[in-house]
Amino acid sequence: MNPLLMELWPYFLMVLVGYLPNEVWRVFGLVLARGLNEDSQVVVWSRAVATAILAGVIAKLILFSTGALAAIPLSVRVIAAVLGFLVFLGARRSVFAGVLAGEIALLAGGFLFSH
Amino acid sequence: MPAMSAPVAFSSPSAAFFAGAKTAVTSVFMLVLAGTYIGIGALTHDFGLSSWWLAVSTVLVWAAPAQVILITTVTTGAALFEIALAVTLSAVRLFPMVVALMPVLRGPTTRLRDLLLPTHFTAVSMWVESLRLLPSIAHQWRIPFCNGMSAGYMATAAVFGFVGFYLAAGLPPLLAGGLLFLTPMSFLMSTARNARMMLDKLGLVLGLLIGPLLTILDVNLDLMWTGLIGGTLAYLVHRIREATT
Repeated sequence: MNPLLMELWPYFLMVLVGYLPNEVWRVFGLVLARGLNEDSQVVVWSRAVATAILAGVIAKLILFSTGALAAIPLSVRVIAAVLGFLVFLGARRSVFAGVLAGEIALLAGGFLFSH
Repeated sequence: MPAMSAPVAFSSPSAAFFAGAKTAVTSVFMLVLAGTYIGIGALTHDFGLSSWWLAVSTVLVWAAPAQVILITTVTTGAALFEIALAVTLSAVRLFPMVVALMPVLRGPTTRLRDLLLPTHFTAVSMWVESLRLLPSIAHQWRIPFCNGMSAGYMATAAVFGFVGFYLAAGLPPLLAGGLLFLTPMSFLMSTARNARMMLDKLGLVLGLLIGPLLTILDVNLDLMWTGLIGGTLAYLVHRIREATT
């Protein structure tokens, strides 16, 4: 392939399978904003589907990690995530406290148990 | 700010824009966005994409979940159809957000083209803060204020994307692993925080269980099925509970 084309290829893919399929929902929202309300059944169902997809991505990032995170044992990653989540719940749903606790647990566990 | 006080007004659209940007930079979402995009920057480095590619995707896509899906699939040879499908399913939540935001932004003299930029800017952080802050601002200043706030968030995200990318390139492996851990952790907890209804909580739990299960079973289009199965189950439980109470 032409070198310029090689360099632009990831940007082309971003627009094609990232920007367009993402933006379409914003445009729909703008166009159809008068027709639907937040409580309509299609909107409620699509919110549940969107939440489940996001949860799937989260679980995969923790369980089937890649790169530097994969060097930290699976058990450490899972325990750190659970600990972080418990701190989040205990600290009146503070995302900051939960993420911080999870990170500390991960780094401590990784320091002790990584090879 | 008491609900009964006079609506906030500004001297010019640019004054409203900068007031919005200042709100963004001093908001609690700054920390969440910084952490999320440091993680995404590290992820981008990990998957062999460039830091500028990430910056462009932050401006164009402007949705952390869609960006994470894109980054983790686009270099792994996944079918383009599957990537687009996973991205579009992750973006469905933007639709009700835009639907709920437009009536707040729209005034008697608002033209459709004035709403194009706020529509593109719509994302979780901006949406939560807009619904909280805009009602106390006079109608004519809401769009420039919202644009300023959104631009502030977007600039923050873009800058911390670079920070994460170059940190991941230079840090020892353990700390780089810690950066990669930021993305799932901040997503998990901000999603849990937004989940007020049983429907959202159930969708979250089912997705966490079904996603890895389908990956282990090596199912094609696993993210799509995770969403459709987990989301529909959560929705059905929600309907049954509503019908019986």
